[in-house]
Amino acid sequence: MSWWNWQSAADALPLLLKGFGTTLVATLGGTAIAIVLGLLIAVLLRTLPTWIVWLPKLVVAFIRNTPLVVQLVFIYTLFSMNDTLIAISALTVGIVVIGIHYSTYMSESYRAGIDAVPQGQWEAISALSLPPVRSFRSIVLPQALRATVPSLGNYAVAMFKDTPFLMAIYVTELVRTAEQYGGRTFAYTEAFTLAGLIFLAASYPTSLLIRRLEKSLATY
Amino acid sequence: MPPTETGQVPAIEFRDVKKRFGDHTVLKGLNFTVQPGERVTLIGPSGSGKTTILRLIMTLESLTDGYIDVHGKPLTHEERGGKRVALPGKQVRATTKRIGMVFQHFNLFPNMTVIENLIEAPMHVLGLNKAEATTKARGLLEKVGLSDKESEHPSRLSGGQQQRVAIARALAMDPDILLLDEVTSALDPELVDDVLQVLRDIAQETDITMLIVTHEMQFARDVSQRVMMFDEGVILEEGHPDDIFTNPSQERTRKFLSAVLD
Repeated sequence: MSWWNWQSAADALPLLLKGFGTTLVATLGGTAIAIVLGLLIAVLLRTLPTWIVWLPKLVVAFIRNTPLVVQLVFIYTLFSMNDTLIAISALTVGIVVIGIHYSTYMSESYRAGIDAVPQGQWEAISALSLPPVRSFRSIVLPQALRATVPSLGNYAVAMFKDTPFLMAIYVTELVRTAEQYGGRTFAYTEAFTLAGLIFLAASYPTSLLIRRLEKSLATY
Repeated sequence: MPPTETGQVPAIEFRDVKKRFGDHTVLKGLNFTVQPGERVTLIGPSGSGKTTILRLIMTLESLTDGYIDVHGKPLTHEERGGKRVALPGKQVRATTKRIGMVFQHFNLFPNMTVIENLIEAPMHVLGLNKAEATTKARGLLEKVGLSDKESEHPSRLSGGQQQRVAIARALAMDPDILLLDEVTSALDPELVDDVLQVLRDIAQETDITMLIVTHEMQFARDVSQRVMMFDEGVILEEGHPDDIFTNPSQERTRKFLSAVLD
């Protein structure tokens, strides 16, 4: 079997797992940012007066309609040209950019979830004179999340699979590690096969988990 | 607002209230008053504007023109220097928090248990602490006969039970005014009586001002002192339920009643 070398695979694995650690950090950090910022955007777009709401709308449309990798390289270059910002690590820049990128998608999920809250709920809130912030937190958001959580989970998995774009700004995540190992030893097959398997091993159970979450959320 | 001849400030006063939806005019300059503690039933064919009247008082709809006063205070707009001025939301809520409404489709909060539904507004609008709010809520649940359901979610209750919870939720806010919007229309016939009995008890034991939109004519007769017959946004006639139901002066009312009582 000349196309597969077990020794190479065994050598690559610890390096790949270390790269996977970086991938995980990027995914978790990016997801945390996107979940919070996405909600913030959704609320902002709902509550801002019309004379100003076009501005965040424009920004959201801009981010959604340009490729993630372009955004990564653009911001990274901007940072590396500035003497104070250059100290910020590529990984940090990457996490923030990927988080912002996905927040524009997640905000759409939140919006759909909030829209799905029946009119009667808003009327009951109004009839009880409940203050807006409290009622959003205790009534609207919990109901909206039922429709939103599964789609947030799907975006988190999508983000996970988008982390290899961080290669473009020299973050040594899983795929870049595989690339470097392949370049050094020519064992590309082993390195990339293992990288793919590691991705699969992480994202498949996660999507099953999301589906279970979806089911449990379907009933109160 | 000066007191009326009876020396009492009305609980509700409509002054030249107009309501348009697009180019469809529902109310074209409506005037009426409801005295504190009075129970008034609004009847009339669908589309006659009865429900709109309740929704205007609850501020679920905004009035196109005119004024509504609640206990002598402007609800959403006041006249200032000859101009009609909208009041700030906080001031509006200060008035509406003493107004309760029960809806046709209950509108309980499905993500909360029964008791949570009942304590939410007392805690966060009236400022009760959790223990006070819970004690009060339990008392009300007992009154509507649902003490054993306090930790259930609304989806586990029948329509009639949900509506009784919704009534308790409205009462938990100590309303001066209670608006009942076709509260039995969405219920299976065999569940209607329990709900109506609860409302009869409340009518008897409290002096809450009630505005009722219903097709249950016997209930209207039992609890209300006055019936107002609406058609196309105007009051066609009004009077004591015994007079209106047995001896209406308008042909339109007669027709409507015979259709409903069938």
